[in-house]
Amino acid sequence: MMNTNDTSRREFLAAGLLAGVALAGCSSRSNPFQTGDTDLVKPSGKMVKLLSVDGEVIEVDEAFLKPVPDLPPVSNEAARAGIKGKKFVMVIDLSRCKSLKKCQTACNHMHQVHPGQNWIKVYPMQDADHTAPYWQPTTCMHCDEPPCVKVCPVDATFKRQDGIVLIDSDRCIGCRFCMAACPYSTRVFNWGDPGLSPEVAAQPYSCETSIPQKVGTVGKCDFCPDMVREGKLPHCVSACPNGVFMFGDILEDTVTNGDETFRFSDLIRDKAGYRLMEDLGTKPSVYYLPPVNRNFPFKNEEGAEQTKKS
Amino acid sequence: MESSVQQKIIQDLLPQKFGRKGKLWVAGLLFFCALGLAAYIHQLSKGLVVTAMRDYASWGIYISNFVFFVAISLVGSLISAVLKLSNVQWSTPLTRIAEIIAIAAITFAALIIIVDMGRPERFYNLFLHGRLQSPIIWDVIVITTYFIISILFLYFPLLPDFNLMLHTEKKQQLPFYKFYRFFGGFWKNTAKQIKVNKRAINLMAITIIPVAFSIHTVTSWLFATTYRPGWDSTNFGAYFISGAFLVGAGGVVIAMYVLRRAYSLDKYITFYHFDRIGKILVMLALIYLYFNVNEFLVPAFKMKKAEEEHLMGLFNGEYAGIFWFAITSSMLLPILILVFRKGRRPLPAFIAGSLVVVGSWFKRYLIVTPTLLHPFLPMHDVPSDYLRYFPSWEEWAIAIGSLAGMLLIVTLFARIIPIIPIQETITEIEKHEKV
Repeated sequence: MMNTNDTSRREFLAAGLLAGVALAGCSSRSNPFQTGDTDLVKPSGKMVKLLSVDGEVIEVDEAFLKPVPDLPPVSNEAARAGIKGKKFVMVIDLSRCKSLKKCQTACNHMHQVHPGQNWIKVYPMQDADHTAPYWQPTTCMHCDEPPCVKVCPVDATFKRQDGIVLIDSDRCIGCRFCMAACPYSTRVFNWGDPGLSPEVAAQPYSCETSIPQKVGTVGKCDFCPDMVREGKLPHCVSACPNGVFMFGDILEDTVTNGDETFRFSDLIRDKAGYRLMEDLGTKPSVYYLPPVNRNFPFKNEEGAEQTKKS
Repeated sequence: MESSVQQKIIQDLLPQKFGRKGKLWVAGLLFFCALGLAAYIHQLSKGLVVTAMRDYASWGIYISNFVFFVAISLVGSLISAVLKLSNVQWSTPLTRIAEIIAIAAITFAALIIIVDMGRPERFYNLFLHGRLQSPIIWDVIVITTYFIISILFLYFPLLPDFNLMLHTEKKQQLPFYKFYRFFGGFWKNTAKQIKVNKRAINLMAITIIPVAFSIHTVTSWLFATTYRPGWDSTNFGAYFISGAFLVGAGGVVIAMYVLRRAYSLDKYITFYHFDRIGKILVMLALIYLYFNVNEFLVPAFKMKKAEEEHLMGLFNGEYAGIFWFAITSSMLLPILILVFRKGRRPLPAFIAGSLVVVGSWFKRYLIVTPTLLHPFLPMHDVPSDYLRYFPSWEEWAIAIGSLAGMLLIVTLFARIIPIIPIQETITEIEKHEKV
């Protein structure tokens, strides 16, 4: 089983490399993103020579050739529907976080977040005077009962079948009701011109990439659905050197930070995972593992003053 | 009744030209409107970045101004419908003033909400993609309904007055003759017309009350449907409605005083009227005070962690100045002034009304912004100017411009149509003479 998966992945990548040239005539009518699609294809017997990612010349059956996942771009309809048969979750292990903020930097860079604003925040938390301080990174909670979606008057922010809550910046009217409704303060607003480079600004907008950002609309963590579609991890997950973030599919009961993979239910049970503000009934898709047996001591240089003030 | 008396009433109550003061007043209002418009054009080109609103204080004085406008517009239903249905006779000369204030306020409530939008050019999305589950859509529906009913509620009682004006001796010299003829030309004062009109007005008086309650209840739900401390309250609808009646009645007292002086209406808006509306103001202030006690004392007794930061900010912290000013100005002082007979004379009543309106404006600010600056998670990972809110000049200019615009509409209405219903006044006097 493992082996077949490997080959099909290699074929897939190799095919992707030459897709633009070799597949000009390839029909993309069947959904190339559907899971298990490869299994249905019958080899045609006609082999094509391709250059693989590590420079080897390989032969692939023509029938396995597919367009790269970025092409064609996901339609607004598909982006709103989400990926069938998936339910994404994130686990954030507070015992591993030392506020390096690599997640934040990667996220801000990949989503062209306006300077000064952050989709991911890393809070220095201390719940009471005599309780332990800890770092708490927050993303969008992608709630199953999202208060933001409830209040949006135009369906600009919506919940997909795969659990992801997204924003359609082409539809958002900028009323900011969702920002008032979100108890996790996760949403940011493009108050002025987002200040994008011409190349970024020229990209076609998609709610899955959330770029280019648009003035007068709301933005937030999107769980990087464009990456997820390609079978890759969200940027924050791969950027964290300490493996704080684990991402996965609750239906498969697996989460991974890239290096380690866990059974989600075991992880949550063994480490007593919890969600933020459970009492509000928002049912977040982000779980936290408590800051016990920490990898790093809590040292707060930059945040100390600011938290006191607020 | 002798027709000379009738002619006198008509002459007294016909719309009058602006004097020097009136022209100056209009010019001043136009100036502030233009300033607000200029600020808005500036905002349109740069985006909401020109405001002081940021991710935490994501609503500011535009929204509190909106709440203020919706609140003050409720007075139309109070004076014209609630008092009318309770068979109160003395409110007749005040009905039109109240209705005009309602229309002017609701117009600017709608405008200021568009000003607050990040993408006003996408307003049509509300109709294209509107989702009934969002309280904003409820607000759009009820405010539109209220606006239409208020227009009709102003218009129907005007019909006999149009007819009167179209039949005065110097009718051709009336500057708005064509306007009257267009809107009231069909009115012939036939028994059938009068009967239909009366029924329509009664029907309107009944329907406008639930609609008026809806507009402000739904406005309160824009806040109360969220989880935030200071907004998460089952008291909010009633709290908003009672505050709205108070500020609206305060607005009417101001308008009564100013119009009485400007148009020498001493015979029509008398001490008796001030005495009566003064008593109503006391009652409304007491009711609002009651809801305030509920709104603040109950959570303060428990002092839940999230509420504590918010409440201490109001009672004792950064907002304490505005908070105690608003409570004193909008409730305590007016009660103290108006509870005495001498306090219900025109001038002190006018002062009390002004205190109510000014205090209420700041009260609305306190309802909106401090809550946003006390989120559940501490404010973090944002530039330092995100941590506080003080409106920018553009916001002030637009807010003041919208208030000026509302006053301008009231002023122009007073110039064009009789600010005191002529026909109804004549009928009232006839009734009294028969008795």
